[in-house]
Amino acid sequence: MGKTFSEKILGLKAQKDVQAGEVVTVSPDYILSHDNSAAIIKEFRKLGVKDVKSPQKLVIILDHVVPAASEKHALNHKTIREFVSAQKIQNFFDIPSGICHQVFSENGFALPGKLILGADSHTTSYGAFGAFAAGIGRSEVATLWATDEIWLRVPETIKIDIKGELPSGVYAKDVILKIIGEEGADRANYKAVEFTGETVKKFSLASRLVLANMAAEMGAKNGYFEPDEKTLLWLKGRAKDKFKAISSDPDARYEAVLDYNISSWEPQVACPHTVDNVKPVSKAEGKEFHQAVIGTCTNGRFEDLEIAAGILKGKKVHPKVRVLIIPASRQEYLLALKKGILEILVEAGCVILNAGCGPCLGAHQGILAPGEVALSTANRNFLGRMGSRDAQIYLASPATVAASSLEGKITDPRKFL
Amino acid sequence: MKKGRVWKYGDNVNTDVIFPGKHTYSILEPEEMARHALEDLDPGFAQKVKPGDVIVAGRNFGCGSSREQAATCLKYAGVQAVVAKSFARIFFRNAINQGLPVLQSEEAVDSIEDGGEIEIDFKRGSIKTARGDFSFPPFPESVRGILEAGGLISYTKKKLEKNKERRY
Repeated sequence: MGKTFSEKILGLKAQKDVQAGEVVTVSPDYILSHDNSAAIIKEFRKLGVKDVKSPQKLVIILDHVVPAASEKHALNHKTIREFVSAQKIQNFFDIPSGICHQVFSENGFALPGKLILGADSHTTSYGAFGAFAAGIGRSEVATLWATDEIWLRVPETIKIDIKGELPSGVYAKDVILKIIGEEGADRANYKAVEFTGETVKKFSLASRLVLANMAAEMGAKNGYFEPDEKTLLWLKGRAKDKFKAISSDPDARYEAVLDYNISSWEPQVACPHTVDNVKPVSKAEGKEFHQAVIGTCTNGRFEDLEIAAGILKGKKVHPKVRVLIIPASRQEYLLALKKGILEILVEAGCVILNAGCGPCLGAHQGILAPGEVALSTANRNFLGRMGSRDAQIYLASPATVAASSLEGKITDPRKFL
Repeated sequence: MKKGRVWKYGDNVNTDVIFPGKHTYSILEPEEMARHALEDLDPGFAQKVKPGDVIVAGRNFGCGSSREQAATCLKYAGVQAVVAKSFARIFFRNAINQGLPVLQSEEAVDSIEDGGEIEIDFKRGSIKTARGDFSFPPFPESVRGILEAGGLISYTKKKLEKNKERRY
């Protein structure tokens, strides 16, 4: 019987033959943390260890509350900068860089066949490049800094095979929302999710990132795409290390194989307050909202901003709607700037914020008041996430958010395409 | 073995409603985290919870963000254990790493109402409610070690100290 990607990579790392369900002790290739590094440093110091065991494995990216919104946030950032300097951590990205998952990818740490652990639930994103990438907690990251070792359970794998041509107005975001809606928020709990099929083979890396990122919203431990020519092309000139792709065997054992044909799907909207409360846009149309967000680690890349600009060009956003644009990274920001995308968005009445997490986790830059409604390209719509617990969050693709921003209510983007 | 009052909640209790994102980078002390426990799910909880109380919930408890404060705030609020039909993966690890026992038992969850009384015997692996006794598989030794040490940090600290002694 063949093996899945996850069985293979964890077996390779543990230097033994392993199967789903086994527990292995492994050492990761990279360890990601962000603003939470301040709290991790605090835990690390309790361990009675002076130095980080493998400082070259640490990648620290400030993104959650950048620039600092308060004295407390500023102190966290300062603590992190001092630690980075004292421990000689080379891979440090300060506040101009952008959202950790985009910055980590752009800088070539997300590589095929690498084991990456991060103190963030959307670490699953790097599966877009064929890495095994999973989120862990702060105590575990602090322990990893000291020991360079962690236990992991080898996950069972669910294969999601996606076929069919993307209809006009339907994007990667709609595909993953619809699948989460069908399967539920805990369908892939503790499991790996492998995305295959002709549809995702045609996806750009930016679009694959949307699926791998949101695999976390099905509870997945990691998401995975088999690296192909597109992956290699993307990594050219970026890869920080040599790498070797690992693929599932053709006769690998899957916990389930889910077949989807997307050719007749329509744009999707996740309604409050769970990501799996998904409806086709026709069932959510007309809902008025106050704030739009186009950005986040899910949909803040150039491809997303370009789609939004295509809809907003030469038009004005609805006077009752505040439209926040947050490029995922400085690189994506610069590209959108050079290509005139940001100009179109500003002309349309949007606010351009610096690259970072923005209001997604409710810390700053566009907090919701009681009774307010947001329409966002983010990955979570939990109660209270963007501020007041009496606010509501709807999730959709950049096209749906842009089209809806013109109307001031949730709108089918297809009439603007 | 301690009796505790039950606080019962539904499915998909996520880490945002357990510990809101707005506090994640401004509150670093566990005692202060405890004052915000379940703030957006049950605003009265943090004031009313007593040491030894138990949270009982449905499926996928702790889904969402990897924020460990979701486990820390419950532990420091005095919560003895969380009993749920299932747990989200990262929360499950975080809870153990904070020394907060997390027990999976569908039957026990269905057998108890909010405000009821529950008794957990960690050694025997049993949960007693007004409607009967329910068993849960005992923790593997490594997990027991982390729970008994009060969390992963103190567990690792002891382990590192032992290794050091051995070396000299």
